[in-house]
Amino acid sequence: MSTGMVSVAYVVASVLFILSLGGLSHQESARRGNLYGVAGIIIAVGATLASFGSDGGIIAIAIAILIGAGIGIPIANKVEMTQMPQLVALLHSFVGLAAVLVGFSGYIEPLVATTGTEHTIHLVEVFLGIFIGAVTFTGSLVACGKLDGRIDSKALTLPGRHLMNLAAIIACVVLGSWFLGTDSTGLGILYLVIMTVIACVLGVHLIMAIGGADMPVVVSMLNSYSGWAAASIGFMLGNDLLIVVGALVGSSGAILSYIMCKAMNRSFISVILGGFGQTTSSASAADPDQTVHESSADDVCEELRNADSVIIVPGYGMAVAQAQNGVSEMTKILRERGVNVRFGIHPVAGRLPGHMNVLLAEAHVPYDIVLEMDEINDDFPSTDVVLVIGANDTVNPAAAEDPGSPIAGMPVLEVWKSRQVVVLKRGRATGYSGVENPLVFKDNTRMLFGDAKDSIDKLVTGLRG
Amino acid sequence: MKIGIPKEIFKNERRVAATPPSVHKLIGLGYEVIVEAGAGEAAHYADDAYEKVDAVIAADTTALWQQADVILKVRAPMDNPSLGKHEVDLMKEGAFLVSYLWPAQNAELLEKLAARKITSFAIDSLPRISRAQKMDALSAMANIAGYRAVIEAANNFGRFFTGQVTAAGKVPPAKIMVIGAGVAGLAAIGAANSMGAVVRAFDTRLEVKEQVESMGAEFLMLDFADEDGSGSGGYAKQMSDEFIKAEMALFAEQAKEVDIIITTALIPGKPAPKLITADMVKSMKPGSVIVDLASERGGNCELTEPGKVAHHHDVTLIGYTDLPSRMAKVASDLYATNLVHLMTELTPEKDGKPVVDMEDTVIRGLTVVNDKDITWPPPQPEAPAQPQHKPGTEEPSPAEVQARKEAAEQAARKKSLIGKVALLAVTVFALYGVGAHAPESFLSHFTVFVLSCFIGWQVIWNVTPSLHTPLMSVTNAISGIIVIGAILHLAQAESFVVGILAFIAVLIASINIGGGFYVTHRMLKMFRK
Repeated sequence: MSTGMVSVAYVVASVLFILSLGGLSHQESARRGNLYGVAGIIIAVGATLASFGSDGGIIAIAIAILIGAGIGIPIANKVEMTQMPQLVALLHSFVGLAAVLVGFSGYIEPLVATTGTEHTIHLVEVFLGIFIGAVTFTGSLVACGKLDGRIDSKALTLPGRHLMNLAAIIACVVLGSWFLGTDSTGLGILYLVIMTVIACVLGVHLIMAIGGADMPVVVSMLNSYSGWAAASIGFMLGNDLLIVVGALVGSSGAILSYIMCKAMNRSFISVILGGFGQTTSSASAADPDQTVHESSADDVCEELRNADSVIIVPGYGMAVAQAQNGVSEMTKILRERGVNVRFGIHPVAGRLPGHMNVLLAEAHVPYDIVLEMDEINDDFPSTDVVLVIGANDTVNPAAAEDPGSPIAGMPVLEVWKSRQVVVLKRGRATGYSGVENPLVFKDNTRMLFGDAKDSIDKLVTGLRG
Repeated sequence: MKIGIPKEIFKNERRVAATPPSVHKLIGLGYEVIVEAGAGEAAHYADDAYEKVDAVIAADTTALWQQADVILKVRAPMDNPSLGKHEVDLMKEGAFLVSYLWPAQNAELLEKLAARKITSFAIDSLPRISRAQKMDALSAMANIAGYRAVIEAANNFGRFFTGQVTAAGKVPPAKIMVIGAGVAGLAAIGAANSMGAVVRAFDTRLEVKEQVESMGAEFLMLDFADEDGSGSGGYAKQMSDEFIKAEMALFAEQAKEVDIIITTALIPGKPAPKLITADMVKSMKPGSVIVDLASERGGNCELTEPGKVAHHHDVTLIGYTDLPSRMAKVASDLYATNLVHLMTELTPEKDGKPVVDMEDTVIRGLTVVNDKDITWPPPQPEAPAQPQHKPGTEEPSPAEVQARKEAAEQAARKKSLIGKVALLAVTVFALYGVGAHAPESFLSHFTVFVLSCFIGWQVIWNVTPSLHTPLMSVTNAISGIIVIGAILHLAQAESFVVGILAFIAVLIASINIGGGFYVTHRMLKMFRK
């Protein structure tokens, strides 16, 4: 195949990728979008293979692709929707690792011969690609471990951690200048390997310092990094398709990170620097005149039966307890009774942007009753009952009412404005941010303690009976 | 310890201080419970029902009073005519008593209780703070009284509440005015509104306007310089003479128009204010009804006869003082639950032994006699009305707040401006560096890169938040495009090391592509309408 044909194929693939992301703007067009993506990859890979005819490498390539797909698809087929965050993080780490490997290959055996300034730029691209790839690789692995519960999700705050990170980056810059200065391939590889190790440690340390509540930001940030890694590899290879895709993915991740940060009213920098989730003491001293009203499943059933409108606010607790099917069942029963049931989703609910939507979709909750915070916040005052299932910080009135609170100013679902709030909660602990939630002391709040799944199952039984 | 539930001897009192479910809970707190035979009869709780939950039924009144260490009652202790003895004298020395006591009006009774060392809790002296709400019998009973007031009014009113258009002609809806929007007033508003009447309400406390409107009534405003009648503990205070004059003018005007007036106005420690004069009653339409919930304290209407239904100027005046007792079952249920909550507070160990913790605001407020000391009134709690200022901190004036906010905003704007300028400078500098030194081939790739970033920026903002997870997995799969770089290297590999590196890269990138697309497909399949 001629170079011209390959370039045209790459342009088609780029367009397909853009259409693919564009398709995700609506549920109706989303599936088509995914198919565009698949088509794009097939065209791109096909054109690449065709470009060098039937050289010997093709068998090895076919084997590698088949093995890879043979591992990837079954994993994707088996994964529980609650484990999506882990899977996404793991896949990010693969992109990172691939970038590192391709970067090394590109240094040892450059595909394009370069001289002068071009050569310097080439080396910078190699160095950057490997650096970003390595940080993404280990960072994503740590994020995956944290999300999976294999690593303690609390923020690890070593003394002087900012200095350590800074030192690591400075070391990499120094190594980079040596790398550019050397003519010996052996020395160059040595510098690259040392830099890779430092970048790997940096990736681990960066993500270890970030607490569980910030995971949505971390995952989208890593998503962005994996994109930039692909883009820098694209520069290294002089391949426009990789650059386009890398830029698309990178900006997508950056936007998601931005949205998540805004939803938590925190700056991107403060999230990256980590250490959140340490504030154990509440800013507002406990008011002695505070009482928690406990309720029973029967009473909540009665409330729900008598309600005209119900809003369900799920949080990570629902995912942990695997209560989404029960919630869906309950929604169905209530809707059959003519109750207006809707869901209010906070942007950072769960551990992945849009995590709750996926869980509810899995449980067959129709997506048109699942609303965003901005769409539903004005409706709380006219709502009879709000069920808060395993959400905490995202419904914390302190964010709106107490300027001294650590989460002050964070936009939250204003559930307390409704007539009655029922909070399903395992215990009296605070949320991930460690901030006391005054919602539980509000006069119109009833607590239903216990495992969310058990409680929901009881409600379903009660509503049927 | 033993809890005794005597039968109420006050005339027409049908309520009882414990129901079978509440007895069950009291036993759970470690007490034994003795119930006088027939105590719950008027509230439709038979003796068997109490026996079923392990209460002992005592046939003999005297024996019950003497055995019990704790007496739970509704009405304050009084002379028992059939035994010829005062109920206090029947009690064991050093026992506990929980009931309505009205300590302000019953100084003599308190002395009597103190003389017999009876630690007494007046449920009517409960501090009105949110922690104590579950024990607030006054509110529970007021709620019942408010509802019942509407029912009594309907019973004595010769028309529908709701307006109707029938073949036999049009019927206008009843117009109801509720004076005083406390618990009883709000309950009355709710009941009348749900029966279809047009309800308007008046209260001297402006803060209740929202509550009144939330119950579906119109709040009547006085055309008067803003004097707010909110007193301590959520009650009203006495108003100035001019205010009362304006208020009376409003009532006089409304009296001519409305069909039913329900009055619930009370000021703590004072006789009920006279709000509806005889002239106003005269001006009402024939067949109108007035229900005076304040009749026990003298009535809000000049013509009310406490405890009776009176007729004046063709207007029915209902002055029943026993409205909660007329709904004895629900009243007993709620009162009994209030008492169970109180006993739970008094028995923190659940060992059947009450502990009087005078440090606890709620218990302190309730306790009117502690052993031989009269402890009423309690030291004035720092319970002011709604707006709570922390002592020592002056509330900044609105202007100040505004000024501070503006200053903060300005600082933030300044900061963000500096940030923007810095960012612009860095960008210009970087672009200059690229343009001045980078070779042609790099620039063309750079162009593609920058444009792609902008396309990504535009496209991603359109993605609906509910699809953010599929977006991440699809971008994940797409970033597997790095496989192309790996393929190129693998195909042209000269050394074994590069071959291995490239092979692994192709493999893991393929995992990414396969897994990413497939899991996205699975997820998207689940989204359905």
